[in-house]
Amino acid sequence: MRKDLLSIDDLTSDEIYLILDTSEAMREIGQRPIKKVPTLRGKTIVNLFYEASTRTRTSFEIAEKRLSADTLNIAVATSSVLKGETLVDTAMNIEAMAPDMIVLRHASSGAGHLLSRICRSRIINAGDGMHEHPTQALLDAFTIREHKKRIEGLKVTIVGDLLHSRVLRSNVKLLTKLGADVWVSGPPTLVPAGIERFGVRVSPAIDEAVAGADVIMMLRIQQERMRGAFIPSLREYFQTFGMTRARVARAKPDVIIMHPGPMNRGVEIAGDVADGPYSVILEQVANGVSVRMAVLYLLAGGVDVD
Amino acid sequence: MDGVGIGRSLARIAHEILERNRGLEELALVGIRTRGVPLARRLAHLIREINQHEIPTGTLDITLYRDDLMRTAVGAQPVIRRTEIPFSIDDKRILLVDDVLYTGRTIRAALDALIEFGRPKAIQLVVLVDRGHRELPIKADYVGKNLPTSPSQSVQVHLTEIDGRDEVEILES
Repeated sequence: MRKDLLSIDDLTSDEIYLILDTSEAMREIGQRPIKKVPTLRGKTIVNLFYEASTRTRTSFEIAEKRLSADTLNIAVATSSVLKGETLVDTAMNIEAMAPDMIVLRHASSGAGHLLSRICRSRIINAGDGMHEHPTQALLDAFTIREHKKRIEGLKVTIVGDLLHSRVLRSNVKLLTKLGADVWVSGPPTLVPAGIERFGVRVSPAIDEAVAGADVIMMLRIQQERMRGAFIPSLREYFQTFGMTRARVARAKPDVIIMHPGPMNRGVEIAGDVADGPYSVILEQVANGVSVRMAVLYLLAGGVDVD
Repeated sequence: MDGVGIGRSLARIAHEILERNRGLEELALVGIRTRGVPLARRLAHLIREINQHEIPTGTLDITLYRDDLMRTAVGAQPVIRRTEIPFSIDDKRILLVDDVLYTGRTIRAALDALIEFGRPKAIQLVVLVDRGHRELPIKADYVGKNLPTSPSQSVQVHLTEIDGRDEVEILES
């Protein structure tokens, strides 16, 4: 493993499988009466979150606590960032207190790379702007593998706001690296130019994209990042790209429906699909803890010599 | 030590276990990964052959409890495998099984790991080979063979389930 986990590009496919296998072992710890192992005792991990997050921050914190690390959370709403401190200055100050790892969530793409260059601590990217969210892609892969026993050769269809999605970018990199057949679909205004270069098939017709799919992954319409009129209305979006039972029926009979959360019910996904038998959305959340434990454990070791 | 020797040692240990423990309902076997696992399964099989009693058997991975994790700045972390103890260890007599007893540090880690699953009535240690050179005050209750070695040597146990053959080797390094 490299020093930091900033992007799926930092991982070889062997390392991805190592993380998934380690996650299996970590999951068992969550089923014990005492959900804690002493592995990261004495390690300090700072969760530095510049953006709202419930799932990811809670998930990292639970993972850190189950491994016995000392954790502290810095939420921007209560920090000196409000007094005008820059990211680099905040990071240098945290760094001066010698933590072992920093888990960073930031609205700017590449924020993790910036800290990686100036920090001795290991940096884990927990979402940087529209760039990447590598631990989300890893937990998605873990969930897919659990249901389908493999990733190679599966048809995975990702639908929604492709343009603003870091989850999309990490998932496309990971899934194509492991040999899945990835399709993406969304309104042309929300499809990033040149996305075919990542080795995915683009189809503006959602019915074609979901036909025969093994996995359907829905992405949230990110209104907070939209500066302009990308879609006519939420209701029209639901009509054209929303995941309904009729559309699910076009996929394979054993399709699984995923969503990284938070969901907009009635916008990208119908409530009865989100709560329905094909949905693995809450399993994704549960698996997130195991996968983050695996990442923390593997990153806490030595750096590869090569 | 060859396959016949290993088989004899395990058969003797199975009898010793039965001799020393009345009340088989309380017994459970836990094998330490990697080679303690097939040894625990073989002991369960031998005990079943002797008196038709099925002893629950589990698997313990002690990696997360090792005292030498993260002591070096280079190299990958050891691979973690699944721990599977599909029964409650509360008030059980646990037979902890490993292939080689050396410094005692693995057993220390295993005791810490095991105790987090509950409060057993007792823990007894079964090893195929005791090669000496303890660094912690730990001793085995059942020993297949005492092998006097020097610290520069290494003892390698091969088991059919994992390595395709049964053999105990002493290697010079």
